[in-house]
This record gives sequence, structure tokens and C-alpha cells, in this order.
Amino acid sequence: MKPFAYRRVDDVPAAVRAAGDGARVRFLAGGTNLIDLMKQGVEEPEQLVDVSRLPLTAIEETARGEVTLGALARNSDVAAHRVIRMRYPALAEALLSGASPQLRNMATVGGNLLQRTRCPYFTDPAFAECNKRRPGSGCAARQGYTRMHAILGASDACIATHPSDMAVALAVLDAMIDVTGPDGDRSLAIGDFHRLPGATPHVETNLRPGELIVAVRLPASPFARRSHYVKVRDRASYAFALVSVAAAVGLDGGGMIRAARLALGGVAHKPWRVPAAEEALIGRRADSRAYADAADLLLQGARPLRDNAFKIELARRTVVRALTVAATRG
Amino acid sequence: MPDVVGTPLERVDGQAKVTGAATYTADHRLPHLAHAVLVTSAIAQGRIESIDAVAAASVPGVLAVLTHENAPRARGRLGRDAEDNHAIQALQDAEIRYAGQPVAVVVAETLEQAREAARRVVLMYKETAPQLGLDPVRGRSFRPRHVAYEKPDTARGAAKTALERSPVRLEAVYTTSRLTQNPMEPHATIASWDGPRELTLHDATQGLFDCRARVAKIFGLRPGDVRVVSPYLGGGFGSKGPVWSHVIIAVLAAKHVGRPVKLALERPQMFGPVGWRGRTRQTVALGAERDGTLTTVQHHTLAETSTFDSFMEPCGLPARMLYSSGTSVTTHRLVRASIATPSYARAPGWATGTFALECAMDELAWALGMDPVELRLRNHADEDPASGRPWSSKHLRECYRIGAARFGWHQRPPQPGVWREGGRRIGWGMATSVYPTHRSEASALARLHDDGTLLVETGSQDLGTGTYTILTQIAADALGTSPGRVSVRLGDTRLPESPLSGGSQTAASAGSAVHEAVCALRAQLVRLAVGDAASPLHGAPADAVCVEDGRIFDSRVFGKGESLESLLVRQGRAHVETRATAAPGPEAKRYAMYAFGAQFAEVRVDHELGIVRVSRMVGVFDVGRALNARTARSQLLGGMVWGIGMALIEDTVIDGRLGRVVTANLADYHVPVDADVPDLDVSWIGAPDEHVNAVGAKGVGELGITGTAAAIANAVFHATGRRVRDLPITLDKVL
Amino acid sequence: MPDPAFTEPIGGERALAPAWINGVPHPLPDDPRVTLLDFLREQLGLTGTKVGCDHGQCGACTVIVNGRRVNACLTLAVTVAGDQVTTVEGLARPDGRLHAVQAAFLEHDAFQCGYCTPGQLCSAAALLDELALGEPSAVTPAVERVADIVLTDDEIRERMSGNLCRCGAYTNIVAAVRAAARAQNAHGRVR
Repeated sequence: MKPFAYRRVDDVPAAVRAAGDGARVRFLAGGTNLIDLMKQGVEEPEQLVDVSRLPLTAIEETARGEVTLGALARNSDVAAHRVIRMRYPALAEALLSGASPQLRNMATVGGNLLQRTRCPYFTDPAFAECNKRRPGSGCAARQGYTRMHAILGASDACIATHPSDMAVALAVLDAMIDVTGPDGDRSLAIGDFHRLPGATPHVETNLRPGELIVAVRLPASPFARRSHYVKVRDRASYAFALVSVAAAVGLDGGGMIRAARLALGGVAHKPWRVPAAEEALIGRRADSRAYADAADLLLQGARPLRDNAFKIELARRTVVRALTVAATRG
Repeated sequence: MPDVVGTPLERVDGQAKVTGAATYTADHRLPHLAHAVLVTSAIAQGRIESIDAVAAASVPGVLAVLTHENAPRARGRLGRDAEDNHAIQALQDAEIRYAGQPVAVVVAETLEQAREAARRVVLMYKETAPQLGLDPVRGRSFRPRHVAYEKPDTARGAAKTALERSPVRLEAVYTTSRLTQNPMEPHATIASWDGPRELTLHDATQGLFDCRARVAKIFGLRPGDVRVVSPYLGGGFGSKGPVWSHVIIAVLAAKHVGRPVKLALERPQMFGPVGWRGRTRQTVALGAERDGTLTTVQHHTLAETSTFDSFMEPCGLPARMLYSSGTSVTTHRLVRASIATPSYARAPGWATGTFALECAMDELAWALGMDPVELRLRNHADEDPASGRPWSSKHLRECYRIGAARFGWHQRPPQPGVWREGGRRIGWGMATSVYPTHRSEASALARLHDDGTLLVETGSQDLGTGTYTILTQIAADALGTSPGRVSVRLGDTRLPESPLSGGSQTAASAGSAVHEAVCALRAQLVRLAVGDAASPLHGAPADAVCVEDGRIFDSRVFGKGESLESLLVRQGRAHVETRATAAPGPEAKRYAMYAFGAQFAEVRVDHELGIVRVSRMVGVFDVGRALNARTARSQLLGGMVWGIGMALIEDTVIDGRLGRVVTANLADYHVPVDADVPDLDVSWIGAPDEHVNAVGAKGVGELGITGTAAAIANAVFHATGRRVRDLPITLDKVL
Repeated sequence: MPDPAFTEPIGGERALAPAWINGVPHPLPDDPRVTLLDFLREQLGLTGTKVGCDHGQCGACTVIVNGRRVNACLTLAVTVAGDQVTTVEGLARPDGRLHAVQAAFLEHDAFQCGYCTPGQLCSAAALLDELALGEPSAVTPAVERVADIVLTDDEIRERMSGNLCRCGAYTNIVAAVRAAARAQNAHGRVR
């Protein structure tokens, strides 16, 4: 690793101050992605601001029935929390399907949101062409090995996918991301947090320089209990998703769908949600035909690459599977 | 005393391993040790145009940056040499032959400094387009000189005609992926020049003496002036057999900086520069009568090798010997590619060849409407079809019978694709396992101390195989003492010479040497007692004198004897010592020597999503005598786990344009995790082989991976009706 | 409450508190780049913890920090100031009596080459604590039902999947963890 200055901060304002303009400063929480990328020479901060001891670890219910996850709550703690398990099971499942027990103990909520793609052409600087690492240099992945790459929302500049499982579950739970920065506090909806690559794949989120995630809020939801996360991967554990689905359904007494949420992981630069797919489910009977129709809408515009055409059909079937299980839950 | 050999004695190195006390190569600390980090090529083919080491050299603590421009010249050959050692690249020229080729080494005071400086070395290349296909394009392939030291092509009888005339024919092409051994311990070397012509290496090697010989040759030293040490080895699976580039580079670096240098490979550097199992494309043709009798077995292998060296994965070897058939043909061809040279990976040729052959047999069974086990039995070879020799021992029929019973094979639904349970499609498959029994000359020393404890020494290796333990058992039995009184020393070329731990030969080789050395020691003790006027055994006939449980006594007369300690002490001997060298005898020419087995697999397929999971396996093996029930079982289990990886998971992917490995880490290259491995039931017949060696053992380290992938692939067919012939069977091939 | 990571200020700038490694305090390195893994091996000579991949992808470097299993290779040493770190060398009791997982691994031959074993042992020891706390895994049926974990073989496999074993000792590792869990249930907390 290149040398860097290390400092620890005690409170949030100190963290924001320490971040300065954010250019060559990085916040260090669990380190499971940042330290990995620093060893690879992909991230080369001049200063690490250790925020891991900030008092942002609480997982709490608010008076409004929301659940707040402190940005520094460990992935394993969130997954094990009784309120999360009972009220937002897809989130617990998503977290538990990610990484390994060791990494889940280290990784934080905030860090999980900010983890970067696993595209090998990005993580290995020996590949000169990577618009994420070096804007304008090209994309070596397009003509390369594309099994793990995007079928939706990609651009000529970048075909990478976002590797987070948690973010996919948060997407269907309508999470809000609370951040603070030099210009004060604000909140972003999860759907507005991550960006598609477009012409600027090096800009991955809508965070402003120097901003720190302080919490993730889960709105009270009458149907989040009926949620499920399915992750499909190349070995039984400790592997990134080829395709994943987070699904949530609200049903009435007669088995008709009142509300629905669907998001795909492993297929795009951010969790992939299509409102039309969810709307199309409302009023339909909760059965595999409805689910298949929703899947078709969710996958509209999917474009296969040389090695990942199978993801389209796989995603379709995984959507049906996730909705089927979600509907039987609770 | 009852025999210790055969019992499940707990590993004698177990305490060290579970307390963190076992020292592997990179754990060793030497005074003035400097740390080296390798820099490897980003391109697959071309030349280095320039190397800018200024930034690297300016990192505080850096002692040297060596490149082809300034590295000391190695005197001996680095290409494939007369001893058939792999060609390596040790900073001697500017040519790039594969991505990951070593191109520089940075030496620094600390590991962190060396790592940082290594990243700062700037290389400019002139790149040429790499060649990467494995296609049977006419004119591009060539015949290797040998395959595992056998002829590359064989033919028996009029095979072509036999195939044409067979009422039932099966011809199919099978492919296996590029598999990287990835032992958990990365390769590492500590090189220390103790004088201008004296060198000590701590090296993670499966072959101490091979390493010594090659290093000595390259540096113009006498073998006796090079010492190689490796008491604990964190796995090898073939990759630590050859001497690879980094070993020579470490020695060069140590010479250059005048200090001991430790060089450990980083995980991405384990993909290529230290060998891997190359891709294969195997065409199998089987002809049979309607009753299943084989008329011909034809097996053609095309494999990849590098542009500068030839290594052939010998897939056709099983086809030459496994089944009785009137005719047979096997051929082997290589295609050059801009990749690192493939090398030995667990059961080279046998793992890959049994995949193709055993899938083809399964396909033939289905075409005939015959039980796959029945087809194997129908074509059981009662003697070796390749050599005509009798088997040294063969209990394969029992393996099929017992395995089928343990598995419940007779309940198998006869139709593929119809068995469903719990939302999964269930399938069963089976295959034959086979691996040759090797043995090489080995030497050992046995020393009895005047406190009655026994030390045996041999320059062999324990890479998790249990060598320390089985040699303890062999020695204990040979002297009639308890294992607690025996200690074993391995892993040092100062000890008597033993062969490389490969080909599952260690038990046979080092085991025989230890057995002979301790037997010779026993005979020596008898001579000493019988010739000693002060001994109760004075004048007794030698064949009436027994050594047992620390005592030497006359078997004819109760109470006439003494302790070994008293014998030695009285004679003023601190110890008694013998050496022995054991070598294979004429048995290797008289018999065909193989270990066999039968494996049965059950898969549960999530058919909608294409996910295949192995839900249970049964393996019954004929390994001759299992020297230690615990370690033998572990070796067989480990082989089967490798088979699961080979069948379903493992693939080293190289970018088709750039020639770089895109799975050069353990997140992208998947080895099986615990959750991939179900209940595995392993057992063995246990009948000792009278001919292979004194200990009756046929080797267990590699047998477990042979046939496994086929059993799984055959089960996938039974579950889904879909025949997948290309490994690994990932979900996109089943969807 | 004062942050245990810092010692009392001496002339202004706070110094980092030592890390407690197997119960012994050690001052942390000046260079923040040094990982906990390298700190243990290179600076403290505790070579029991191994380098497998250096990128959190194999689990060979698993140690226990404040009761939780983590990968030492992705942990900067400076971040464990004031923390309790247990390595394989610290699993056994001071009198040499082995931890339940060590004894179980020996008895069930849950290792071959032994290189991944220190990481497996720390993982297994921490796993037992996770079980006691009722923490679910990806294979726990009905994660929404908060109840005691039933330790099936599939639970053990999933919970140990963060520790690669290339020798393929998984079958025996599962048996060993099962036995250690049983021993712990029988005798209360083992340590």
C-alpha cells in the first residue's frame, strides 16, 4: 500500500471536518472493501479517517414505527437483530447471504452501501482500460470475460455490477439513507443513492464530497414481513451473486396482491427496480403467471453480453421463485 | 504387542498443528532476513521494452530491485533440462511468454516496504497478440515426446474396423477446465547463502532432493553444499513438485544483497508461474456388442501447453488399462498457447481421463439399456490390457458390489429426468476410480537411544498426507515398540534421501525404507546381544531372539532377556544406528500395480435455476493395506472434495484478448467451500497387496479424485436427462 | 466514557493504547499500513495465524477480536488499539489444556496439512459463541422466527464456509465442530 496518514475521530462533526474536500481522504469503517482495494492499488487515499468508533451502531425502532440502522452497525448484528428478522426478513437474508461470517462481523451498513464492483478489470490495475479507475481510458471488460457483468442499465463506458446484497433488500424496503456533510444533513432515497454508469462510471453514488452516511432508515411497512431474498451463485456459499432478487408482497385475504416490491441484484450498476413491474402485480392473483409477467417487465431492455446471456432467463425464474416464497411468508 | 500399522493413530504432528506451533516456510525467522516481493508481467506475450525502477528503489528500506537488466546470471539451464525439469523464467531475459511471468523482484527490510516498492516498478512492454485457443485445428497440434514417461500413442488391434463393425457405438467429446491447485499455503522460499558456495533453502516443496539437485545445477554447486529444509508443508497437490522461477529468483536475490531473503508468492501469483492443470479436450469412442462387451476403447486427448515448454496431461492412460476390450487406441496431442506451462495437479491425466472415459461408459450403458455397474463388471479386465501382466492385486469387483450396497444403488429409478422430491430433481451416477501405484528408491536412518526411544529420519515430505504418522507406525511395528517411543524427522536434505512426494508414492517409498532400516536395527540389536558375554542372550540362536516392547529376549525361555536400555548402557553405547535403502524390485516388471475404487454420487438439482448440489457420495476403494485408517480416510475424502470442485466449480479463466487470468484470486477462482461438500462415505477393502512393497500399501493421495467428476456428471444426467460434457457443470449449462 | 483505544494524553497528542494479544499488551506499529496479520506474524513473531490470500477471501488469517471472528489481513493493526485479540496461540488455557475446538479437531482429524487450521479453530471457537447468542445463518430456516439455533450439519457447513480448506478436510471439520458444540453444551462455557 502507498503510505497514508491515519487518524481516528470521536464524533461525527470531527469526521466531517477531517474529510476536508474528500478527494484523497477516505472514511475507514470495517475496511473489508477499502483495505482490499488499497492493497490492490485501486484506492490510494492520502488520509484515512477511522470512523469505526463513532456512536452510530444502534439499531432502533422509532416512535413512528421506522427502524433506524446506524451506519456503523455491523452486518452480522443487523442480520441477527430480532426486529429486522421479524419485520424485514429479506434484509436479514440478504445480509446473511453475503461474504463470510468474518467479513460480516467487520463490515458496516455504510460500508456495504459503498462497496465497489468486483469486475476483475476494475480490481486489477494491470488492465489499463477501466473508465472507473481511469476515466476515459476505456472498458476492457466489454470484450473480455463477462459472466459477472451487467445485463441492464449498462453503458458503452461500463458494464460493471454492484455486488451488494444488502442494497438490493434495502431497495425493496424503500430505505432512506441519512447523510451529513459540510453543507449539513440530508437524506437520499435508496433508489437515488447509487447511479448508473452512463458516461461517468467513476461517479458511483450521489454523495457529495465529504459526506458521511450516518444511518439507514427503514419505513414502517405493512408488507415487508412478506419479503424474501434469493441469491443465485456459482458455489453454495461465500460467493457473489450471479443474480439475486429481493421481493416483498402485500396480499389481501383473498390471495390478491395489494402491494409489491421487486429488485434485482447482480445484473446492474445498482439494484434494479422497475415501478411498472411492481404496479403490474397490483390487483392480480398471487400466482406464478403474475410473477412471470412482472419478471418480464423487470427485465425489459435486458441486453446480454457474450458470457452472461443466461442471466436473463435465470433472473426471470429467480423473480418467480422469490415472489413465490415471499407470498407464503408470515 | 498388537500392530500399530492400520490403526487410526492420531496424527503425531496434530498437537503442533492445532496450537499454531507448526512452522511452515514463511514462518521461519532468520537473523538479518530481508523480504522480497515478486513483480510479474501484465501482458501475455511480447517483450519488456523498459523497466523504470527508480521510484521503487527510492522507497525507504529497499535494498535492491532486480530485473533482467541487473540480475546475476544463472549458470545452469533454465529451460526444460535433461532431468525433464520445467522451463522457468528467473530474470534472465526480456522476453514475455505468459501473463504472470516474473519480471522483477524487490528486496527490502520489511514486507510492507517490499510490497509498496513492487507496485512502483514501472514496466513498458511491446505486446504481441497472445494465442489462446484449444481447438483441434489441423496442423497446429503436435505429439509430445512422452506422456508421464509412457508412449504418447498406443494402438492394439484393428481398432478402426472394430468400431465400424460394432452394433453399438458411442462417440463424444468431453472437455475439462484449467484448474489451479491453490494449496492454502502460497509458495515460499527463504534463501540464505552461508558462504560463497553454501546455500540453505527453506522451501515449500514436495521434493526436497529434486529442489536441491536443480538449484545446485543452476548455480554450479555440489548438491552437498545446498541444504533444503521443509518440515511442514501447507499442501501442494503437485504444484510444489517442480522447482519454479521464484525459488531461483530468491537465491539470486540473496546473493545480490548478501543477506537471507524470504520470498512468498502473493495469491494472484499462484495462477500460472507455479503450474496448473491445463485444459483438455478428449474424444472418446467406445464400441460394444449388444450385450455390452466392449470391442474397442478409443481415447484421443488434445491439451494446451505453453509456447516454450511441453507438458502433456496424460488423459489416455486409464483407457489403456481399465477395461477389457478387443482393440484400443490412445493418442495425445498438444497445442501451444501464450500461457504458463501446465504441470502436475492431483492425479495428472487420471483425474481428467477418468472423467471422459467414465462418462462415455455411462453414455454407453444408457444406449445399451444396461446398469452402469453391470457394464463395468461385464468389461472387467482380469489382467492388464496394456502390458498383459497380472495385477498385483485388484478388488474392484468388491468395490462395485460394496459401494452399490452402501449407496442403495439397486433402488435406482431406471429413467433419467423423472425422479423429483422436495422441489428438486434427484439423480444417481457412478464411476470407476483408478490410480497407478508408484514407488521409488528411498533411504532412511533408524537410531535407538539408550533410553529406549527410537528416532527415524528420512528426507521425505508431509504435506498433510500423514507421513510423520505412518512412518511412526511402521517404525513402531518394526521394532515392536509403542508409537509414543518413536519420533520421526522429515523435511531436510541432511537426512537420508527420499523421493518427491508425488504420484502417491511416499508411503511405499519412504515407508519401505523406514521398515528396512528398523528391521536392520533390530537385527543389529540381536547381534549385539547374542555376541555379548554379559547379556542373558549370549550365544542364543539369532532366530530365537525377539525384540518387543523395549525388551530383547529368548522366545524359547520365559524370563531370559533384558531391556534394550540395559543392553546399550552396559555396552557404553549412547545409541545404535542403522541405515537402509529400499528400492522397487522386479515386482514392478512382473505385475501391473494399481489402486482402484468405485464412487457413487447423488445430486439434487434445482432444475429451474440450474443449481446442482451433490447431496451424498459413497466411495469404496481398493488401496491395499491402509497404513492409518484416519489419514487414509482423510486423503480419500480430500480427493473426493477435489472431484466436486472439478465437476461443478473450478475454472481458471484467461481473458481471450489480453491473455491475463481474470480469476487470479480466491474470490473469483472458486474452490469448494464447506457448504459445497455433503456427507461423504469412504471405506476400503483393506486386503494388503502382497507384491507392491513390504508394507502392502497402494497409495491413497490421488485415488479419491479419479472418477469423482464422472460420477457427478452421470448423476446430473440421471437427474435432468441433460448430458453435460464440459466441466465445470455450472448452472448455465443446466438451465 | 473515554475511548479505550486511547491512552491518557501526554503533552497534547493522544497515543494509541496497546492491543491486547492473547492477554498481553503490545504497542501498535507506527506505520498504519501494517495489517493486524502482519503485525502478529512479522512484529510479534506469532506465526500461528497464516497468510492465505491477504484479501479476506480464504479465512486462513481468522482471529478473534473482542469476541468476534474477523480476517486479520483486512484489519489495520492501528484499528485494534485497546481491543482483545485472540489468536490460535491463545486458544488453549495457560496450563496447556486445549480449547474444546482444538481437542475436537485432533480427535476427528479435522485437518491435513494444517495450514488453514489456525483460522478454522478461531472461526469454530467464535462460532460457538455466535450459536449461544442465537445468531442465524443463511441456512437457518425461517429467519423471521427468533428462536434457539438447531445445529444441523448444514448449519455447521454454512457457518464454516468462510474458511477454505484445500485439503478437503471439511467432512471431519463438521464432525469436530459438532463434537465441540456438544462438549460446550454439556459443560457450559468452555474456556
